[in-house]
Amino acid sequence: MLKLPIYLDNNATTPVDARVLDAMLPYFTKHFGNAASRNHPFGWEAEEAVDYGREQVAKLIGCDPKEIIFTSGATEADNLALKGVFEMYASKGNHIITATTEHKAVLDACKHIEKLGGEVTYLDVQEDGLLDLTQLEAAIKPTTILIAIMYANNEIGVVQPVKEISAIAKKHGVLFFTDGTQAVGKIPVDVLKDGIDLMAFSAHKMYGPKGVGALYVRRKNPRVKVTAQIDGGGHERGMRSGTLNVPGIVGFGKACEICRVEMEEETKRIAALRDKLENALAELEESYVNGNKEFRLPHVSNISFKYVEGEGLMMGFNKNIAVSSGSACTSASLEPSYVLKALGLGDDLAHSSLRFGLSRFTTEEEIDYTINAVRETVLKLRDMSPLWEMHKEGIDLNSVEWAHH
Amino acid sequence: MAYSDKVIDHYSNPKNVGTLDKSSKNVGTGLVGAPECGDVMRLQIEVDDATGIIKDAKFKTFGCGSAIASSSLATEWLKGKSVEDASKIDNMDIVEELNLPPVKIHCSVLAEDAIKAAINDYRAKNGLEEMAFEEKGVH
Repeated sequence: MLKLPIYLDNNATTPVDARVLDAMLPYFTKHFGNAASRNHPFGWEAEEAVDYGREQVAKLIGCDPKEIIFTSGATEADNLALKGVFEMYASKGNHIITATTEHKAVLDACKHIEKLGGEVTYLDVQEDGLLDLTQLEAAIKPTTILIAIMYANNEIGVVQPVKEISAIAKKHGVLFFTDGTQAVGKIPVDVLKDGIDLMAFSAHKMYGPKGVGALYVRRKNPRVKVTAQIDGGGHERGMRSGTLNVPGIVGFGKACEICRVEMEEETKRIAALRDKLENALAELEESYVNGNKEFRLPHVSNISFKYVEGEGLMMGFNKNIAVSSGSACTSASLEPSYVLKALGLGDDLAHSSLRFGLSRFTTEEEIDYTINAVRETVLKLRDMSPLWEMHKEGIDLNSVEWAHH
Repeated sequence: MAYSDKVIDHYSNPKNVGTLDKSSKNVGTGLVGAPECGDVMRLQIEVDDATGIIKDAKFKTFGCGSAIASSSLATEWLKGKSVEDASKIDNMDIVEELNLPPVKIHCSVLAEDAIKAAINDYRAKNGLEEMAFEEKGVH
């Protein structure tokens, strides 16, 4: 039985897996202790649970549990990595290299660093969303301390050549930080094989709870240190003070364990559903898949339907299907997605895009329903679109002099 | 942001979607907005020669639900009005009728601009002087 509404916005957040919730529940009411309380069983229980969670998280990304710093989420981990490295390595240099398609948490932290006297290079990406490695290497200077490039993009799902990036970083003695939020739990991520020095990721993108994430900080070859951005009781080896979110960490750990065990099978199924959805919608005239299709997360598809506007398109089915659009039609922000624009898409195509994010809970019935609903709405809105009519009459829209407001 | 029932109704059952013969002397066409801004409206009026009354109005809109609803509503209001009265339609009337939130007011402004552009196109075709309108664009 098809149940509405259908959730296909899993890059924004995922539902908590029931198995994760079951693992968490006792830590709210029964084992509620503070993991830092060293002198009674309540504290011991909590500490044990945190240790176990830390092991589960570490195992998913192939690191030592001591290299995991728990945070409130990926945004905090991004901030800790960037600002923490900037402060810690100030004597070595002040230059950071990142890309224009990074998440706002990275871009805005970089802007902050610039205000503090740092220098940041924002690299453009190629048309398919991938970084140009020659450009990356050319941007490295003697003052470069960090390369910050995301593992996989949240809007288009494009997966960067992380191994090659880390090799370049290593060659020049520069640290490599990656925002792994969209990738961890979805595709195999191994910090050793990938040569990652620091990595931010979050529980709620992989069927865990909101409000908990982690920063991986390498301890060997090289030993990486970050300056704490939150001061207090010296938790997390002094790098992140604050009482640990015990139920959150338990859930994070369980979520990581499930992803590790089930990823291989799950990915095949989700990728097949994604391909079915994408192929069906790409059959519509003038629809374009955004981003590199080969190096991409298995559950994401970003498609532009030319001559219809994304928000108007979503309105056709958003009571029944939850997706996200690259268009922001508000007077506060008429700017469409900066990620799509960075791929060189015109504003018109960026305004016409939808992002579909599938999950472990997505069913084939849901995909079939979505294909039909999106297709029907696109056709209906094109019948209503003056641009579509002009296109059909053979008018080149670029030659029209639009009344710009 | 939730849409008002009236916006949803116009979006689901838009009134007067279509195209009038823009080469006809009785038809005035207004095309406003730009694809890069995420909304383009084309509004057309057909004026009865004898009475000066707008006997038909059609629209096509590329844009969000509020833009579609604003233009759909505008065509409903235009039909049966004299060109003179049509020129007095104010964007705030559209805002009120559709309960548009502040971030969507520009959709109503675009509809008002489209009405005025259509009227002036009609007037120009018939050797009349263009009406001067106060600039309202908020983009």
